[in-house]
Amino acid sequence: MLYSMDDMFNILPTVIVVAWATALILVEAFLPKKYKFITIWLTVLGLVVALVAAINQHGIEAEAFNGMLVVDGFSSFLNILILGSGILAVALAVGYNKRFGFDRGEYYIMMMFSIAGTMLMSSAADLIVIFLALELMSIPLYIMAAFYRGNVNSEEAGMKYFLLGAFAGGFILYGIGFVYGATGATGLSQVVTAINGGVDSPTFLLVGAALILIGLGFKVAAVPFHMWTPDVYEGSPTPATAYMAVGAKVGGFAALIRIFVVAFPTLSTDLVPILWGLVALTLVVGNLVAIAQKNIKRMLAYSSISHAGFILMAFLPYGDAAVFKSSVAAALFYLLAFAITSFGSWGVVIALEKSEGKGLLLEDYAGLGRKYPALGVAMLIFMLSFTGIPPTIGFAGKFLLFKAVMEGGYYGLAILGVLTSLFSAYYYLRLVIIMFMKSGEPNIVSDRWVTLVTASSAVATVVLFMVSTPLFAWAEQAVLKLF
Amino acid sequence: MLQDYLNDYWPIAILLLLTTLLGIVAIGLGYLFGPRRSNKRKNAPYESGMSPIGPGTRQLPVKFYIVAVLFILFDIEVVFLLPWAVIFKKFVDEGLGNFVLIEMIIFLGILLVGYVYAWKKGAFEWD
Repeated sequence: MLYSMDDMFNILPTVIVVAWATALILVEAFLPKKYKFITIWLTVLGLVVALVAAINQHGIEAEAFNGMLVVDGFSSFLNILILGSGILAVALAVGYNKRFGFDRGEYYIMMMFSIAGTMLMSSAADLIVIFLALELMSIPLYIMAAFYRGNVNSEEAGMKYFLLGAFAGGFILYGIGFVYGATGATGLSQVVTAINGGVDSPTFLLVGAALILIGLGFKVAAVPFHMWTPDVYEGSPTPATAYMAVGAKVGGFAALIRIFVVAFPTLSTDLVPILWGLVALTLVVGNLVAIAQKNIKRMLAYSSISHAGFILMAFLPYGDAAVFKSSVAAALFYLLAFAITSFGSWGVVIALEKSEGKGLLLEDYAGLGRKYPALGVAMLIFMLSFTGIPPTIGFAGKFLLFKAVMEGGYYGLAILGVLTSLFSAYYYLRLVIIMFMKSGEPNIVSDRWVTLVTASSAVATVVLFMVSTPLFAWAEQAVLKLF
Repeated sequence: MLQDYLNDYWPIAILLLLTTLLGIVAIGLGYLFGPRRSNKRKNAPYESGMSPIGPGTRQLPVKFYIVAVLFILFDIEVVFLLPWAVIFKKFVDEGLGNFVLIEMIIFLGILLVGYVYAWKKGAFEWD
């Protein structure tokens, strides 16, 4: 029942983020209006301190709070990923929120709480803690989606996300109930022990696992649970979209991988056909519907759905003892590649967005490559990375992913993946053609932080491709102890 | 077996019976002895002091919502405080008093932050 200070030290990065965010609420309440920018700097400082703690913690293997939380390579990989993403998301939001008139410190505090939830999700080893962490991650996201007060689209996005997120939470909770009913445990390791000892009602267990899969499918936006994604991504303030595209995916996949790999490896024979269908649907729908989009935010939303499909694809052979290590590592690597590319491309969207939702159509990008060559080249790099063309990290991600899936023996799915990648090239490269071949007079809003994020993401997309071997080795090391 | 199971629920059955009876007695006594002077306003359904008939999409002041949220904040606080206070002595007897006390102080501290924030932002002022 009890815990000691060691437990607190084991999850130090998460504790730092939570305590810092709580303290920032007081700072925000007492700061005079003139000094509101201090909250932003303090947020970044807190995230950097937590990032240092997370990097410092790398390599530690420990349990905390009687096995409810686990600290291992997997959790520290994802902690570092989400903390880095948080810093980028703050940089994207500063100028935008001021420009659109809602620069309130609460935005950053909410983001910090959401980051803490994501971090907890990556180390949670108990179904109840996973659910709590999921809510801690999601509730601030609903608020961030509706943060542009007075804008009908933003309010609609917040409301939709809230209702569907709560609905998905219900699925997960119901699934947890079934698993508990079948095994008598909520801790993942106890669940495994119970399953290996033979459960009385394997059907209940399977129903529970399927319900959890549905709920987390909502969070990572897999088809057919993706309906909220385009509307929420379009309506939310763009920096919030940029953060939730990465944050919700990292959290959702962290829980998905941890639960299924640790607790349900024996169910893989039953679940793999379902996952197969889920992946195939997600890839086809995400990539085909993206072609029809005229609004860049909706296009990137469908693109993010299709990338969820790719990550899920790597997750498919999780029950196969021979390949699960490299396939789950490929999923982690792809998540990293997606995060970097995604932040960069949302940065370009923010640079072009005008008030009243202007500057978001694909035509508005006409002439961008000629007028602002640097920005055009950056967007070109991101689109190449999304498509999976070298020399970008997206190529390395897709290569490792298809390799893992082929090793798992899912040739049909690998072929489908390559085919849908070809489809995706159509809409990604169409944007490049519009930027460079069509004439137009786009105006960008200069914002040094957005420029910084876009530039550094573009550089990272290329440079990390060069070092993708050690990066993948890091990801492989991260999943080593998971089993 | 079933008998034992049902035995546990006897108090609830008695409670149900008593509350039903009490309701019948209270309404019945009023019906028998009370004066009956009805008017239009008295016969209208009661809805927290608001006019019950009108369009369904009527606007309400958002302040009600803030009051509801603040109520949850303090309500949950008491929900957790009460069982804690009830078993606190047992923890003290087992030598865990300080630990449990500090736990509760941390919990209250987090809630206090929310309270101070709401206060500074003027959530307690009606106008």
